[in-house]
Order: sequence, then structure tokens, then C-alpha cells
Amino acid sequence: MSFVINNISKSYEETRALRDVSFETNEGELFGLIGPDGAGKTSLFRILATLIFPDEGDASVKGFDIRKDFREIRKILGYMPGRFSLYHDLSVKENLEFYATVFGTTIAENYDLIKDIYAHIEPFENRLAGKLSGGMKQKLALSCALIHRPDVLILDEPTTGVDAVSRKEFWDMLKRIQKEGITILVSTPYMDEAALCDRVGLIQHGKLLSVSKPGDLRFDEAMILYSFRCKSGIYEYLSKIRGLQGCSSAFLFGDEIHLLVNGKKEAEELERAIKGWNVPALSLKQITPGIEDYFMALMKSEKHDDLMSEEH
Amino acid sequence: MKRFLGFVRKEFRHIFRDPRTLGILFGLPVVMIVLFGYVVSSDVKDIRIAILDHSKDPTSREIVRKITSSGYFIYAGDLQSEKEIAEVFESGEAKIVLMFGQDFETRIKTESTASIRLVADASDANSAQLAVNYAQAIISSYFLSKSEEISLPWQINVKSRMMYNEELSGVYMVVPGLMALILILISALMTSVTIAREKEFGTMEPLLASPLKAIEIILGKVTPYVLLSFVNAVTIILLGVFVFHVPLVGSIALLLAESMLYITLSLSIGVFISAVSNTQQSAMMISMFGLMLPTILISGFIFPIENMPTILQWFSALMPVRWFIIIIKGIMLKGTGLAFVWKETLILLGMTLFFILMAVRRFKTRLE
Repeated sequence: MSFVINNISKSYEETRALRDVSFETNEGELFGLIGPDGAGKTSLFRILATLIFPDEGDASVKGFDIRKDFREIRKILGYMPGRFSLYHDLSVKENLEFYATVFGTTIAENYDLIKDIYAHIEPFENRLAGKLSGGMKQKLALSCALIHRPDVLILDEPTTGVDAVSRKEFWDMLKRIQKEGITILVSTPYMDEAALCDRVGLIQHGKLLSVSKPGDLRFDEAMILYSFRCKSGIYEYLSKIRGLQGCSSAFLFGDEIHLLVNGKKEAEELERAIKGWNVPALSLKQITPGIEDYFMALMKSEKHDDLMSEEH
Repeated sequence: MKRFLGFVRKEFRHIFRDPRTLGILFGLPVVMIVLFGYVVSSDVKDIRIAILDHSKDPTSREIVRKITSSGYFIYAGDLQSEKEIAEVFESGEAKIVLMFGQDFETRIKTESTASIRLVADASDANSAQLAVNYAQAIISSYFLSKSEEISLPWQINVKSRMMYNEELSGVYMVVPGLMALILILISALMTSVTIAREKEFGTMEPLLASPLKAIEIILGKVTPYVLLSFVNAVTIILLGVFVFHVPLVGSIALLLAESMLYITLSLSIGVFISAVSNTQQSAMMISMFGLMLPTILISGFIFPIENMPTILQWFSALMPVRWFIIIIKGIMLKGTGLAFVWKETLILLGMTLFFILMAVRRFKTRLE
């Protein structure tokens, strides 16, 4: 097991960043940690990267304890922080060279590992890192994190602020790195990236809500998911739909509303009610739920529970 | 070792690619030393002097000639009466008036007392004082040379001598002080800013998560500045000696060694500052207000320590600059050896060890 996390809690002054988080990753697994900003992903990663201590609980990386054996962890860990930590006044090659020497290795020694990634930016080797596009910076940062052939890789929101094409390329790269036997722990705020992981953990408000394989994410058999589209005034309809009996949750998904209904009988009633509104250019159809829908539903119920418990 | 050299190479790249850093590192010291050396220098030259000679005899004329040919004074004309003194001061034609009483020469010879009066425009007190001092010095040296010929029965010569700086040259005081100021500023400011920059840009995070030890990061950051500050120290000494003709009486090797010690101290202060500040801005503020102001005000660089209230005197003992100024003045102007500055050297050494220890302790290999 590459990462073992046991009952980790961490607070900063008033905010509780992590609450009793526990999970384990398998050897060579691509584990995704999905959650909105401020969910505690970065705190957890910094704890695993031996940069901060947890208040409670313990964790280990490849069997090394994060408190006692932090020097060992730092040798085998590749860490890419949330902000691309590149030196903007150094060229692409100089950045890579620097990280190689820091880990006591050379570019040539591990070139084969980063070849696929670095090939994209190699034509710009002499360009200053500050003058690269977001996608290229991300590839360079990944190359820098990989240059010492780490056993485990921690990537904190590597795809944030990067265009869609680069995001896709990036995940293809991660898959290839995984084949080298490197365990990857990656966080992202994008739900659609969850499907690309071996397993995903959903984290919100410092709490780990669930850990599962993307394919295993299923709704209750009886639940029915609808997609609602209309020409205009979607926000008004959202609150209207939320007020309907039998609608367990409703979310805005781009330009459509996804609404979840408890059962067949309720669905029929709800369909009738909506049709009665005479919505211009209405499109209402049943759809198969995706990971996003699952998470949205899960987050919603968690938030609800939180509110309830705080009221007590 | 390779790891360390790689780090140092990276630091040099940062320095040489940033025109601002280069400007502060090399432009600032030269500009400061030249500005201070020329402008703030307290020397007075070409003082306009008017003469009010009531006796007009050979002795009084000779004294006037001595004064106007000294290089410090410019002859600004003869006055006829005391009333004109105020006029020339008001018009600015003269800053000082030299007056001889009636029958000057005769009275020296017969009564062995004669009066010379110096009237100065003291609206600028400092220059007035200096001008009077210069004139007195010239007059008394004239009488000294004459005393044998004239052979007076008694004569009291009040003779003052400014040791080690006979001409009271301001530059002699300014150059060592400036050197101390510039070195501590550059070294402490630059290192604290460069470490704070890594924190600010987030590049410190992967460095901390790497196998690098705290001491390796600190040494890697500091080494380039040790070398560059040393270049600075040498530049300042050369400027002082060749442009401002500050004497360098003592051992050059000792001077450079003491400078190295002082640079190391300044750098460890810089690392310490960076350990307690997270942004370049705050590092800069601490360096400026925590170091520069006390350095200028209470180190004895500009204001004499003896005149300060006791509490401030104690404070000034905490200023590394104070001890370094004593050391370099001793070596440059008096030519003293280590035997006479060992106490100050020991104080600097102690401070250096203290700050290195503090810096390494406070420098966290974690984020909090």
C-alpha cells in the first residue's frame, strides 16, 4: 500500500481543514481526490508530502511514517504543488536541470520516463518558463516532479487553469506514468476527471464522503434523473423545480438542470407539473446519471446533514 | 556537492537575469559612496573672506596673504569700517571677516599682545565653525613659524591637532561608515528578499519536499551573495582609496578578512529575517527599518555615540555596524593590527554565530 491515511485531522485557527480522514491507496493505483475549493485536498497532500503535521492521526507513504521518516519520504516522493512551482526567470531546460540536481540525478538518467511529456515542450527548451502557456507550464512542472523517478507522485490540482485539450493530454500522460509502476495521488475540482481514476475519494468540508471505483457509483435503483432545458429564465425554473414535491435534488449543469426524483410515481407527477408551466422550448428527458450527478447528490445530502447537526 | 553547486548556479542565474537585483547589488553601492563622498562631505572649501585691516602693516598683510593662499579661503575684498561687515554678510559676498586692530605689528613687538578678530556668518553654524577653525589654524601656524625670529618673552600657543584626520576630512569618516552600511544593507536585504521570493512564488514548497536539508538551502542561497558582497567591499575600498584618497595604513589582508566576517554576519541576519517573513515586501520592510535606520542613526556612523542617552548607547552596542566601523577605521586610518581590534572582532564573531544558529533553527523545513 503506497499511501495509508489513518484518522487525520487538521485545523487552522478557526477552520477545520480535515476531519478524521482515513483511506488507503493500492500499489500503482491512480487515486483521485475530488472536491470543491477549500475541501481540504491541499492540506491532506501537504501532510503526505511531510510539509505540515496533522493535529491528530497518522499516515505513511510506502511504509515510511510522515513524522519519523520524513527524510525517506522526501527521497521517493514526486510532488507538484497547486501553483506550478517553476522559476519564471529560468528557461525550460534550466528548470528541469535544477530539479534534477536537487535530487542528485541528471536529465539524461531518467529521460525515458519524462520523454513523452517533455517532448511536447522540448522545442521551447530555451524559452523562459514564465513565457510558457498554462498547458506547457503544467507539462514542465510534471516533468520536474518526475525527473528523479519517484515511487509515488502527488499532484495537487494539476489541471486547474489549463485548457480542455491540455487537460485530456495530461490525463493520458498520467495513465502512462502509472504503467511505470508509480502510484499517483491526484486532486481535481473537475468531476469529469473522476472517471479517469482507478478509484476516487470525494472530499468536502474536510470530510471524506466516499471512496469508490468510478464504475461503481450508482444511484438507488428507484431514482430517476431528468435533464431539463429551456430557452430562457433557467434560474427561476431551478428554484421552481426545487419547490416541487418528489424532487429530491436539482442542480444546474451548464445550461441544463439535472433533477433527481425519488420514484416512478413521483416522476409522472413531476413531469405533468412541469409541462403545466408552459416553458418555452422545453426539453425534459430521462438520462443516465454520470459521476457528477452522483457527487452532487452526495454533497447535497452531506451539506444538509451538516446544517442539521450544527443546529442541534 | 553537485547538488549544492547546482543550487548556487541557479541563484547566480536569478541574480544576473534580474536587472533590479543587479542594480541594487552593484549600482547602489557606487552611487551611494560617490554621493556621500562628494556631497555629504563636511569639508568647507573656497570660503569667501573679507579683510578689515586697521593697521595695514607688513605683519597683517602677510597673515592675509597666508590665509588667502591656503586654498580654503577666497579673498572677497577689503572693508573700511565695522558697519560694512553686516552688509557683506547680508549680500553673501563674504562668510567670514578677518579684523586687525590698530598698530598690529607694533603692539606685538612692544606689548606682545595684539588682537585679531574673526567674525563669521553663523547662519550656517557648521561651516562657520569650520571656517573659524581653519583661519585660527593658519594664523597660529604663522606665529609659530615667526616666534623664533620675533622671540617673544612669553607666548601661549593653543594648538589643537586632529589625530588621524589632520584636515578633519569628512570623507575619512564617511567611507568606512558607508562601507559598513552598504555591506549590511545589501547582504541582509538581498538574501532575505531572495528567500522570501521563493516562499512567495511557491517554489519553496517543492524544495522543502525534496531531500535538500535546511542548511543546504541556506548555504545555496547565501554563497553567491558572499562572493558578490566581497566584490562590493573591494570596490568600496578601491573607490575610497583612489577617488577619495582615504589612507589605507593597515594590513589589507586583515581588512579583507574582517570584511568577510562582517559580510557573513550580515548574510546570517538576512537569512534570519527571511525565516520570519513570508513575503518579499515584509522582508524588505524589516531589513530597511530594522537595519538601515538604526545603522544610520545610532551606530556612531553619523552621530557620536558619546552624546547619546545611556539607553541608546546600549542599543548601539547591539549594532554590528558600530563594531565594524571601529575595526575598519582602525585598520585603514590608524594601521592597527588584530591586537587592537580583537575585542571588536570577537563581538562580530559572536554575533555571527548567534545569527547563524538562530537562522538555522528558525528556518523551517516545513511550511508551518
